Amino acid sequence: MNLLVAVVIGVLMGCGVLLLLRARIFPVLLGIMLVGYAVNLFLLASGRLGNTAPPIITEGGGPYADPLPQALVLTAIVIGFGMLALLVAIALKARQATGTDHVDGAEPREQGR
Amino acid sequence: MMAGYALMLPVLTPIVAACVVLLHDGPRWRRGVMLGTSIFLVAVATWLLIIADGGAYRVYRLGDWPVPIGIVLVLDRLSAAMLLLSAIVGVLGAWRASDGTDRAAPHFHTLYLLQLAGLNGAFLAGDLFNLFVFFELLLIASYALVVYGSTTPRLRAGVHYVVLNLAGSSLFLVAIGVLYGVAGSLNLADLAVRIAAAPASDTALLRSGALLLLVVFALKAAAAPLSFWLPGAYTAAAPAVAALFAIMTKVGVYAIIRTGTLLFGSEAGAVANVYAPWLTGAAVATIAVGALAAFGATSVVRMVAALLVVSVGTMLCAVALFTEQALAAALFYLVHSTLAAAAMFLVAGMVPTRESTRVTTGTLFTIGALAIAGVPPLAGFLGKALILQATPPDARGLWIWSAVLGSSALAVIALARVGMASFWEVATVQELHDEAPIRTRPSSGYPAGGALLVIILLTVFAGPAGDYSRRTAQQLVTENGYVQAVLSTQGGR
Repeated sequence: MNLLVAVVIGVLMGCGVLLLLRARIFPVLLGIMLVGYAVNLFLLASGRLGNTAPPIITEGGGPYADPLPQALVLTAIVIGFGMLALLVAIALKARQATGTDHVDGAEPREQGR
Repeated sequence: MMAGYALMLPVLTPIVAACVVLLHDGPRWRRGVMLGTSIFLVAVATWLLIIADGGAYRVYRLGDWPVPIGIVLVLDRLSAAMLLLSAIVGVLGAWRASDGTDRAAPHFHTLYLLQLAGLNGAFLAGDLFNLFVFFELLLIASYALVVYGSTTPRLRAGVHYVVLNLAGSSLFLVAIGVLYGVAGSLNLADLAVRIAAAPASDTALLRSGALLLLVVFALKAAAAPLSFWLPGAYTAAAPAVAALFAIMTKVGVYAIIRTGTLLFGSEAGAVANVYAPWLTGAAVATIAVGALAAFGATSVVRMVAALLVVSVGTMLCAVALFTEQALAAALFYLVHSTLAAAAMFLVAGMVPTRESTRVTTGTLFTIGALAIAGVPPLAGFLGKALILQATPPDARGLWIWSAVLGSSALAVIALARVGMASFWEVATVQELHDEAPIRTRPSSGYPAGGALLVIILLTVFAGPAGDYSRRTAQQLVTENGYVQAVLSTQGGR
């Protein structure tokens, strides 16, 4: 399971960074989303992976899952969602104002100088 | 015990005021609440500074939870100084915004106050995750303030600024995940103990976590090679907003100082001083990039933004040494350069000006230029001299000396060139006026004058201010004090 999670995080992060480097705003948005997913999974994994321990301390003691990463992920998801919504709004406004979806707000010139 | 609750004031007051602002729609009410709150914050920050100067750490535990588990706010001399600085810059920005900037679109005042809350929270946060949360609070307000008014240049700069900072926030979370995974705590004091005691097998992970943190903070501080976002965003923003943003890069510097001394200080075992080798190179590069950008700037605002980058590089040169003397110098220069940059952003917003106010603007520009270039007689010169004095005479010192002195010379030439073109109409720089800011009323000279007055006061009282920064540095290099103060605040349940 560790290997699977690591591979998934790696693939998500890789795709996200690739998309983040594109010059159009929509792929960049998707890239930020994918990077956000990868980061959230990574945070969850920082509390060690396992599927047997309950996330609560039982009376007899016994093993329990670390609840802190889950709280961190929850906060990170909420903040990430809000930020993404704001970026979408700004990108839409920029698209209306500049008439292009290029991240520089202007179409690149056809040829180099 | 009152002092404990007082730690909540710099965070809670602006948030409450941001809501109160929305109760009534009159411009006078909204400006009154914004200005009143910022002035109140100066009073609170002064009080906290006096408390913190007693030498003891003040710790406030939210909800009275025991220490490594709950959230803590910690006040020491460094956070108190940063609080006061951000409160002063906050008043200047709010004052300037009240002459019409805040009418361009709704909710300027709410965003401005939330930004102040985020700044203050970041300076007080006692654990890594709350540092992240307050970073996000100040960033989300700053995103809206950069594009405030939705003019095309602002939206264009805003997209870059937001995307870059979102990427930075993701890296911050990864760094938090790595450090938590290794050390199992996020409380700064607890983390310091656990990092120092970490087994050798975890060294590689700790190093990666530490350097990821450095990348994130360097992005916020605008250290090269992560500094190229700053001139675009700050040039496009309204003058009042740019003045407030002068303190934002210092949040990055503050975080580098805090984590560099507390978590990765000289007692951190395998990761001791892990920042230092990277930071010196980055700082010298920052100075070079900023000085060249100032020299080639096409407008006054852009030049001020470039000089802000230079000043960040200069203070990081000193921070990178992580000695008591160097930290004291860096702190003194930090206070001065933040005020100077804020003053110059306010002056730059007045530059394409009417005949009748040219003398006023020119005088303000001259004083501000002396301040931001760091030449005598103002305090910036003292700051630079202290930094050079703290630099050891080795190869690293040679680089720092050349960079700091060379950039001062370049800054003076660049300022003289732009000043002549703007006020004597030599106008060899045709594009100087191409980024004309919104029209100003005569009254908008007062906030800039106020900022310069604070700088002059800092110069007059350079003795006490220097002593305070020396005591602050002393407190910073004795890491055990912070750790023990926070971890011993147990009990009382």
